Amino acid sequence: MTELGLRFFLSLTQIAVVVVIVIVTVLILTLAERKVLGWMQDRMGPMEVGPYGILQPFADAIKLFFKEDIVPAGANKFLFTAAPLLALIPAFIGFAVIPWGPDWTLEINGIIYKPFVISDINIGILYILAFASLGAYGIILGGWASNSKYSLLGGLRSAAQVISYELNVGLAIIGVIILAGSLSLVKITNAQSGWFWHWYLFAFPAPQIFAFVVYVISSVAETNRVPFDLPEAESELVAGFFTEYSGLRFAFFYLAEYANMVLVSCIAAAMFLGGWNAPYPGTILELLGFPSLAWIENTMWFAAKTYFFLFLFFWLRATLPRLRYDQLMRFGWKVMLPIALANIVVTSIAVYLFPNS
Amino acid sequence: MAQLVFGYFAGVIAVTAMLVVALKNPVYSVLSLLIMFFHVAGLYVTLHAEFLAAVQLIVYAGAILVLYLFVVMLLNAKQDDRYHRQWRAAGFVCVPLLLELLVLFAGGKMESSPPFPADQAGPGVDNAKAIGMTLFSTYLFPFEVASLILLVAMVGAIVLAKRDTGGGGHDAHKDNRLSP
Repeated sequence: MTELGLRFFLSLTQIAVVVVIVIVTVLILTLAERKVLGWMQDRMGPMEVGPYGILQPFADAIKLFFKEDIVPAGANKFLFTAAPLLALIPAFIGFAVIPWGPDWTLEINGIIYKPFVISDINIGILYILAFASLGAYGIILGGWASNSKYSLLGGLRSAAQVISYELNVGLAIIGVIILAGSLSLVKITNAQSGWFWHWYLFAFPAPQIFAFVVYVISSVAETNRVPFDLPEAESELVAGFFTEYSGLRFAFFYLAEYANMVLVSCIAAAMFLGGWNAPYPGTILELLGFPSLAWIENTMWFAAKTYFFLFLFFWLRATLPRLRYDQLMRFGWKVMLPIALANIVVTSIAVYLFPNS
Repeated sequence: MAQLVFGYFAGVIAVTAMLVVALKNPVYSVLSLLIMFFHVAGLYVTLHAEFLAAVQLIVYAGAILVLYLFVVMLLNAKQDDRYHRQWRAAGFVCVPLLLELLVLFAGGKMESSPPFPADQAGPGVDNAKAIGMTLFSTYLFPFEVASLILLVAMVGAIVLAKRDTGGGGHDAHKDNRLSP
């Protein structure tokens, strides 16, 4: 019983740490997005709250927390309440299989556990895809339950968009899975150690450059970000599926969107850019004689790669106009899908010709 | 412990499956179907078939059910439209099924059930690999036939959809204008 208790304690600690890290990242992102957009548009961004505006996220959180919670007349109350949770939970649950640092094992009282991944299951990436596809329910039901035509249109657009682009995300990462021969994110990351040309973006028999481009574009579409933010297009649909939401429920949708951004960035870093592996073999701290501190360097590399993708999201938002709906569908099915399929064929042939590398 | 987990999953599956046809609001029906798919996936996990569980969620919950929800919301069906007087037909189907089940359970007690093949593969075995190996060696022909059937269905759906929006739609429009 004590062994089970200790196991629970360790897992719960890990989960708490990961959730706190994700929420802190989201807080940073809300400020960073406004700052980065401001700089790109030659203005300052938020400057009022705290020195240089760095307390803005807390001000936003307090404001949302104390706002009046409005349920529109004629709304389906149960689903209106459930939808934000349905959006939030799948966004957070995927982090359970992301490896944040080196594949170490610790032993405490005979219990072996990995400190840098909550659960190393052998279908890791499929688990993330399975729960990511459930995030659409929150958006669709939120749009339907609000009893508003703008919300409903946003929800319907989102359903079509998520289904179309989810397929491309799944097909884009198949190339990496073929190269790694495993679905576990821990094994996929371990296989990319060494110099940076071992990362699957540049790996020898079949560099996954096209798959990487398809993945990045499709994941932007899956998280409903600009230029694929048709479900919440403010010039057409007020605010899309969360037009009627206010206060904490709105905050949940907001949190879910940003947590999803962090999640897809983590997957991109782990699958294409070597995850926590540095671009050189080993770590500098190990060479300097601190092997027990090497994990700091590794997690920093992981964070740097993840933040690079998050910056890319802001960059795209500042640069590109929104797509039209028919352009979105045509692009997804007639451009992205054939590239992803061709990548699978090419990768399979390359792996067949060079089975040892 | 394993019995308890199975009991939970099986119970929820039975209840939600019934709710799918019993609930009046079609959106709630779709949601209870979603909960049912989740618990079926849970049963797969207890059988050490994690790959099947993930595919169950991706294909059924993530894609097919979203389309159902899409259709249900677009049709905006009146709640009473779904209830036709079909209990006689239902009785004709259900009573024989119940009898068959009773006969099956009564007869099944005598024989010992054959051991599951899954018992031989322990929890450590990578079942995604095992499924791939089986699909592409032993069951290669049925697998290819199934994919061909799916392709035919896909092409058929496109042909049907294209014919309606193409020449047919234009003619219908013309007819509407000419008819008084």
